[in-house]
Amino acid sequence: MNTLTHAVGDSATMVGRQFRHMVRYPSLTLMLAGQAIVLLLLFVYVFGGAMGTGAGAATSRADYLEYITPGIMMIAVASAALGTAISVATDMTEGIVARFRTMAIARVSVLTGHVVGSLFQALLCVALVTGVALLLGFRPTAGPGGWLAALGLVLMVSFALVWLSVALGLVSKTVESASNLPMPLVFLPFLSSGFVPTETLPTGLRWFAEYQPFTPVIETLRGLLMGTGTGGSGVAAVAWCAGVTLVSYLWARKLYNRDPAA
Amino acid sequence: MAQHTPRTAITATGLRKSYGDHVVLDGVDLEIPAGTVFSLLGPNGAGKTTIVKILSTLIGADGGRARVLGHDVATEPDAVRAAIGVTGQYSAVDGLLTGHENLMLMARLHRLDRARARRRTAELLERFDLVDAAGKPASTYSGGMRRRLDLAMTLVGEPRLIFLDEPTTGLDPRSRRGMWEIIRGLVADGVTVFLTTQYLEEADQLADGIAVLDHGTLVAEGTAAELKRRIPGGHVRLRFTRADELESAARALGGETDDDALALRVPGDGGVASLRSLLDRLDTASITPEELSVHTPALDDVFLALTGHRGTDENERKAGR
Repeated sequence: MNTLTHAVGDSATMVGRQFRHMVRYPSLTLMLAGQAIVLLLLFVYVFGGAMGTGAGAATSRADYLEYITPGIMMIAVASAALGTAISVATDMTEGIVARFRTMAIARVSVLTGHVVGSLFQALLCVALVTGVALLLGFRPTAGPGGWLAALGLVLMVSFALVWLSVALGLVSKTVESASNLPMPLVFLPFLSSGFVPTETLPTGLRWFAEYQPFTPVIETLRGLLMGTGTGGSGVAAVAWCAGVTLVSYLWARKLYNRDPAA
Repeated sequence: MAQHTPRTAITATGLRKSYGDHVVLDGVDLEIPAGTVFSLLGPNGAGKTTIVKILSTLIGADGGRARVLGHDVATEPDAVRAAIGVTGQYSAVDGLLTGHENLMLMARLHRLDRARARRRTAELLERFDLVDAAGKPASTYSGGMRRRLDLAMTLVGEPRLIFLDEPTTGLDPRSRRGMWEIIRGLVADGVTVFLTTQYLEEADQLADGIAVLDHGTLVAEGTAAELKRRIPGGHVRLRFTRADELESAARALGGETDDDALALRVPGDGGVASLRSLLDRLDTASITPEELSVHTPALDDVFLALTGHRGTDENERKAGR
């Protein structure tokens, strides 16, 4: 038995622990997905009629549903990431992580358990949101390749945001602050091309919206699902995901390896 | 593991730790023989938990060296971790999992195969009286049950050295006695126990060796009996009905008089032999006290005697440590 098999085995055990938590308390997953679903319904049925007549390419409620679904998917991912930060912080404030740290197990396994568990949770949230969008009349034109690429992108974004949330959960001293810190992630998709074309925004906001990471991700996702082409935003989306993942992973690892606070 | 057990379980020299300007440990030396119960006695904030954290590889020391079961805590943390078990002050159980699942989680992390994991889990649930609660989430357990589950989880890996950080703080007297029985059982199995406590009585009941920690330094070490001998807090109090009885008793026995209460305070450990000789002397002088009471030293007396200050002041605000 070598270090790697131990790391894999311990990580699998920790992933199992996270899944058990999810099965035992499905209300958290449902609440996180529910948040995005409520936003979807709100935008489509309350704003959709008005937006459909003027917002860029959208000329009807159905068009607007098509336009915002990728943005709502990102909100679902960000909500799931919020759940990650909360569960990491909960773990850290209870004695259980101190116990894990004094056992001869692979150190990384505690974080791996959270990341894999949260990744699954994020995908579940996105699947629920997509399911509701399909029921409302969302009709993507993507072929199998487009769907697969979209799934890959959702996975990459989730991976990046989950690692970022792990770090945010670790840096928080209390569970309360862990539930507040990632809040901007949930709002960031609103300040992108997710809900209105950036051309309609005032200059400063427009500049921000065009350069923030959610815009290329949403543009790419929209292009893949609707088969309209990604217009070069794909490279930016992938680069953002890779960058955020790397920085967050290094940050989280550093936070986890430091001595726990007295 | 076919490794031989070193005769010394823990050696530490000059352990130091500070948080900012606050010095928590200021040069602590320890030598703990294997197979014994060692008790670190001290008030909240004395640095007990910090020592446990350093020796159990949870945090690093700023200075000094420590070896646990022959391994250096700083350079071979995984070898130390493989041989120890830690039950901290705050229960380290997964509240969302059941008692059974918590133990199975530990068994898996100790890489027991499925059959052995199940056997060990069943055995520990039985031993810690948790069979009926095994299927319930640990968050629904009472304080005493959580502690028992916590300790059971620590024992899954059959550690040769166990750290128990204030294992009975916050428990009712019955659960406390139950915990003492469990600790005695561990020692009978040859496990070394490092116990921290705020209660002299607990150290007295369980420990072979005691060290008293105050403001990050050890102020006394020895057996319970040795420590108590150094403490003037133990005394016999005699109360009389008349002032002349008090006077003649004071002449016969010495000690401190309290004229207002008509009481005499005679230093002594309250043991049967010293009490018998005291009563003999009273008999000889034909004095019969109205009332006799034996006062054994409390932790506060220990601190007052050893450090010149009460143990519990200024520490309430640091209780979170």
